[in-house]
Amino acid sequence: MELIFEKSVKGRRGYRPPSSGVPVSGKLEKKFCRAQDASLPEVSELDFVRHFMKLSQRNFSIDANFYPLGSCTMKYNPKFTESLASEAGFADLHPLLPQLGQGEHLVQGALQVLYEMESLLCAITGMDHFTMQPLAGAHGELTGVMMIAAYHKAKGNKKKYIIVPDSAHGTNPATAAIAGYETISVPSDKDGDMDLRILKEKLSKDVAGLMITCPNTHGVFNPDIGKIAKMVHDVDGLMYYDGANLNAVLGRCRPGDLGFDVMHVNLHKTFTTPHGGGGPGSGPVGVNEKLSQFLPISRVVKRKDGALALDYGYPDSIGYIAPFYGNFALILRAYAYIRLLGKQGLIATSDHAVLNANYIMKKLKERYDLPFDRICMHESVFSASRQADRGVHAIDIAKFLIDKGMHPPTVYFPLTVKEAIMIEPTETESRETMDDFVAAMIEADDLSKSKPDSFHDFPQTMPISRPDEVRAARELNTNYFTARPEAA
Amino acid sequence: MNPYIANTPSDVEAMLATIGLKSMEDLFADIRPEHRPKSFDLPEGLSEFEVVAHVRGLAEKNASGLTLFIGGGCYDHYIPAAVKALIARGEFYTAYTPYQPECSQGTLQALYEFQSAICTLTGMEVANASLYDGGTALFEAVMMAMRINGRKKIIMDGGVSPIYRKILTTYTSNLDIEFQETPVEHGHSSREQINKLLDDQTAAVILQNPNFFGAVDDHSDIIRQAQQQGALVIASVYPVSLGLLKTPGEMNADIVTGEGQSLGLPLNFGGPYLGFMATKKKFIRKMPGRIVGETVDAQGRRCYVNTLQAREQHIRREKATSNICTNVSLCAVQALMFMSLLGKEGLKDLARVNLDKAEFARQTLEKVDGVTVKRSSPTFNEFTVMLTHDASQVAEAMIPHGFAAGFPLGRYYPGMEKYMIIAVTEKRTKQEILRYAQCLGQVLKEMK
Repeated sequence: MELIFEKSVKGRRGYRPPSSGVPVSGKLEKKFCRAQDASLPEVSELDFVRHFMKLSQRNFSIDANFYPLGSCTMKYNPKFTESLASEAGFADLHPLLPQLGQGEHLVQGALQVLYEMESLLCAITGMDHFTMQPLAGAHGELTGVMMIAAYHKAKGNKKKYIIVPDSAHGTNPATAAIAGYETISVPSDKDGDMDLRILKEKLSKDVAGLMITCPNTHGVFNPDIGKIAKMVHDVDGLMYYDGANLNAVLGRCRPGDLGFDVMHVNLHKTFTTPHGGGGPGSGPVGVNEKLSQFLPISRVVKRKDGALALDYGYPDSIGYIAPFYGNFALILRAYAYIRLLGKQGLIATSDHAVLNANYIMKKLKERYDLPFDRICMHESVFSASRQADRGVHAIDIAKFLIDKGMHPPTVYFPLTVKEAIMIEPTETESRETMDDFVAAMIEADDLSKSKPDSFHDFPQTMPISRPDEVRAARELNTNYFTARPEAA
Repeated sequence: MNPYIANTPSDVEAMLATIGLKSMEDLFADIRPEHRPKSFDLPEGLSEFEVVAHVRGLAEKNASGLTLFIGGGCYDHYIPAAVKALIARGEFYTAYTPYQPECSQGTLQALYEFQSAICTLTGMEVANASLYDGGTALFEAVMMAMRINGRKKIIMDGGVSPIYRKILTTYTSNLDIEFQETPVEHGHSSREQINKLLDDQTAAVILQNPNFFGAVDDHSDIIRQAQQQGALVIASVYPVSLGLLKTPGEMNADIVTGEGQSLGLPLNFGGPYLGFMATKKKFIRKMPGRIVGETVDAQGRRCYVNTLQAREQHIRREKATSNICTNVSLCAVQALMFMSLLGKEGLKDLARVNLDKAEFARQTLEKVDGVTVKRSSPTFNEFTVMLTHDASQVAEAMIPHGFAAGFPLGRYYPGMEKYMIIAVTEKRTKQEILRYAQCLGQVLKEMK
């Protein structure tokens, strides 16, 4: 398909800004001005609409396809939260209005969303306080680990390490490194849980904390999580809960009760703000009282007269982590979703997410290797090693599924499982959809026996077949204009 | 209870039977009784109708109808309907990160187009597919500069947004980095002070254009000086201004970051916004964030993939260039739409109208008693005024007149309590500007 730049015709326009309407014109000396106009495309509004409409049709999406992408919680994104977020009243609100004198009275509705959302998340997770500011899950992790560092600094502790399980998301060790810690990786035992014997060996007074998902990326809930928390606390380490998998346990357990000191929630997973092809996300961070003094500023507080205000007066705070109050439009969507579901709706969310995951797991375990054969939580992790022996790898099965109109599960993650296939159906999918998926997976297994070579040609129904990724990296073309200098 | 769940009671029964369990409760056997919630005290659910009414009630508690003369990094630009219509396609907003390129060419091609548009706008060679926002993008640029030259000192010009400077301070507090701040003199970066601090330990100099006070500058000379010392220069920019202004590429900046909200994103009370980053080709492997590259498929057809992923956390873990995973792809696509619809002429016109209206506001306000317009440097669509009274109180008094009057500087610049920055975008009409000036004069008179 052509690029928008290739549809450009000199003199064509898609939109005209308002004319100036003022009797003066601004003057800028030449030395302050660009020598050449930016080579943006020149297209009509209809050219523009067709281009982006056609691009949209080259995507799989939850709205059109089953999307059982493990660890990503691709549940249906309700339409009403989209329309609410785009309404005036919130969408048009400038974030600096609170800085106009006592300007907080201009944004009471927005502050109420933040304030109530903090308490809803506290009730859901058992933490004592939340900040809504982090802009994504990994940003939440960084905020949390910086608070862990601030806690140890305040106590005069000299700590060097953050422990992560080998099954952890890549963001955990990457975050620890950016926050100035070295990471220690602890392997999993045969059941898929963190190996407690090795954890015990690695724990020392130099350990600042442990970051873990629970359930973990093997899709299993560690029955000994309380014991782990105690072991870490015994060396004055802090427990970080990576909330990526929270969709499994709403109303069934709360990180705060399990002994976690700090956590983040991915609103774009559990609370269904849309993923947008890779963001924006939102990663609010919750803490218990041990860490509350270190929370980022500003904080939303209720004054004596009942009005809400932004408070910057926390001397121990780690400071500003984002320019304003978080990804507000996403927080608003998640708020509306939680208010609609309420207590029973949230409990049902996890019940059905876990039921659906186990249903698929049960139906596929005859055909695919299941490294951890026990009740799973919201996702299950298979291995395609049996199929790989026939020459058909996890990636081949993924491409086969694309031709069935289904987005593939996560493959090759977690790194602890060879040929991993990680399946997370979420609660919003119907039994019929899951049955179709199971049938496709069984067909793939059959085909791996009868015609293993045929997989190399999949997918065949998409606008493109498999891309040459090696060439992409070797010949690096990331900018139309440098790749085609004549276009610039 | 939960209208988004498809399973009926008979589905549940059949599925449990398939699994071989008796009840939902059995699914959670690994969560021991002592690990169960101490409470789960949440409100009862509501219907969609009730939630919508409630949230609209909250919206009404916001003063969203104010006429905005406030900027400070986020600007009240018009978003064309066609942009809003296309970005609302479920195929864009309900897709995930394009890990499977064959069924994600829509997002991938759009991100390649976005990178290209950012490059032509900034005059740079390569760009990434987005970071969270302009402030955190600046932090990523600092980390990137230190990875490139291995040095630890950062010179930060006083014209850089004070909000961004606070963010940088937070992130680097546990790291071995020394920040040196230089003052703004007569609205401009102080060449003398920056040169004094520059040495062979300087990793980077951070500059902003237009700077926080609205001043437009040509930083070419500072950049040359810094590079002679082996330092890199990070330029933070306001993309709409680049419809007219000299690009950071023309000034030879090494890393460019910015807040892309002005490119067709709503104000949204602060987010989601769009952090972008561009650099020279030789630094691409040190750049954080996703990068989309062009390649061909097995049949030789042109297509797009995430590339150079070995820099990223899901491959490199603790050795990654950044911990970023989810970025703001949808905002990047929205900005691409805005840039594409306006196009070459439209963006230039937009910048020109902003410049003209701001100049009209400057000239109009110069005639208002109690207002001194700072004229020491050229400006784009934002400029600084000194008032006879506390700017914060003046801003407060302007609210009943229907105006968000500007950004009072006192909170971030002690001693500048009487100063305010005023932004004038294409949305402000001549009548609004005249009425604003009249009200400001009246407010200042009444405060005497």
